[in-house]
Amino acid sequence: MKTGIRQTRSIGGNIVVYLVLILFGAFFAFPLVFAINNAFKPLNEIFLFPPRLFVQQPTMDNFYDLFTIMSRSRITFSRYIFNTVFITAAGTFAHIIVASMGAYVVSKYKFPGSRLFFKVVIITLLFSPHVTAIPNFLIMNRLTWVDTYLAVIVPAIAMPIGFFLLKQFMDTVPMTLIEAAKIDGAKELSIFWRIVMPTIKPAWLTVMVFSVQNLWNARATNFIFSEELKTLPYALGQIIGGGVQRAGVGAAVTMFIMIVPLVVFISAQSNIIETMANSGIKE
Amino acid sequence: MENSRAMTLKERWEWFRYDIKMSRTYYLFLLPYALVFITFFILPVAISIWYSFTYYNIFEPAKFVGLQNYTNLLLGDDVFLKAVTNTLLMAVITGPVGYLMAFIFAWFIHGLPRFLRAFAVLIFYAPTISGNVFMIWSLIFSGDQYGYINAMGRNMGLISGQPKYFLTDPTFMMPVILIVILWMSLGNGFLSFVAGLHTIDRSQYEAGYIDGIRNRWQELWFITLPNMKGMLLFGAVMAITQSFSVADVTRELCGFPSTDYAVHTIVNHLVDYGSLRFDMGYASAIATILFLIMIICNKYIQKGINRIGK
Repeated sequence: MKTGIRQTRSIGGNIVVYLVLILFGAFFAFPLVFAINNAFKPLNEIFLFPPRLFVQQPTMDNFYDLFTIMSRSRITFSRYIFNTVFITAAGTFAHIIVASMGAYVVSKYKFPGSRLFFKVVIITLLFSPHVTAIPNFLIMNRLTWVDTYLAVIVPAIAMPIGFFLLKQFMDTVPMTLIEAAKIDGAKELSIFWRIVMPTIKPAWLTVMVFSVQNLWNARATNFIFSEELKTLPYALGQIIGGGVQRAGVGAAVTMFIMIVPLVVFISAQSNIIETMANSGIKE
Repeated sequence: MENSRAMTLKERWEWFRYDIKMSRTYYLFLLPYALVFITFFILPVAISIWYSFTYYNIFEPAKFVGLQNYTNLLLGDDVFLKAVTNTLLMAVITGPVGYLMAFIFAWFIHGLPRFLRAFAVLIFYAPTISGNVFMIWSLIFSGDQYGYINAMGRNMGLISGQPKYFLTDPTFMMPVILIVILWMSLGNGFLSFVAGLHTIDRSQYEAGYIDGIRNRWQELWFITLPNMKGMLLFGAVMAITQSFSVADVTRELCGFPSTDYAVHTIVNHLVDYGSLRFDMGYASAIATILFLIMIICNKYIQKGINRIGK
């Protein structure tokens, strides 16, 4: 008698599984394939009637145009790139360090308020940024952070999903590892830095991916008004808004924005799966 | 610490103070995060609730008006009621459907050979990562001959005469928006499911086969799902957050405000009053109502998930 997974899998069922995955896979991949193809289309192909999905004569023209347009603008393209790269890098780095330190003590030690704090963090997973946008602006105003990088970077440091995932992963790290280091006379800070952080690497790589996704796509138009501080997605949105004559450049722009978070995700995928395995909310 | 006799209130207080004193290092570790978290995630909610009882336009000091914002919203604002209907419709459809899709795809993908798995995960998750790429749908559904759906429909003889204005004709707007939201909806819940399936102990399945589990559905209900309760809850929280806070998609695809407010959402309404009309009190009341709806939803879903596998 056969045992194991084969027994529960009918052939008909398997065919359905593959069909569903291929069909829906096409639906999910279509706009992305479309975006990538459009970016390499010459203008006459973009406006071809009837439209075609796949590019016939790939060209880099749209990307060249993008750079000419941007280098002629008052604020150079490199400035927007710098702003977004700086915000993304600084925000992500600070988020990982600050959230990991907090998650470490909440996970590994019991102290008055620690449980309650974590419960509150879980509730805030429900917040959408729009709901807190107005009071956040008032707070930023009070702190005189409006129109500075701080307005975008600092709130991102406390992203609840990052804290949540780090804490859940930290729960799986055996306490003996930490106690052993303590017996050797290590101080908390050095335990955190030399033992905890290397052990939870998959978790902070995952949190890095989420943070990059969030900050890289930040338009930040609510908080930043000076042109020279504005972000890349904002600048690119302006180009796409240019309408028909900018359609080719717009396609290049779309692909340009999309590619960075995608690459970061692909390079960290196995770590992400390992981390999300601990994402369950326990009662 | 021994608990054999009940501590007096005073002893308990002493113990509590001692506990806090001993935990100084831990508080220091948590402090940076807690500070930012409280300032930008907790304080805003408190401020929002307070302003929801006032008239506040930023230029003048806030005036306390009691429940006036709420009564205006619920009794006098037809557009808000339209927004609530739209948001609930979107949430009721895209929330559960997106959630089920996330689980079913994760489950199907889990059955794939290893080399296909990572690729499949990427394909299904890509719309979530790629941020503003949903703008592409505005080309696909565009209301002129360059719109892909219009062009294809014409070629196949499905659309005749005038091209269909998918993004500005109220008969089509809601279905189109639902499709786009579902396309973006797999999100972090999906990743959580993929990972959860990955970590269930194989021996549990083998034990199940011996106990007479015969097909994949029984396997799913009796072994897989009960093992994934935590992830299911996490996925549900993510689904609620996403399906109730739809705003960017409707604004970018159908414009703001959309024709006849056909896809106007609660968050659209909130942004309208907060960022355009500077009626902060009114906007705060909208935020507070939205938040209440989400918390209540969350409570009910938690109860439902606790019943799985019983």
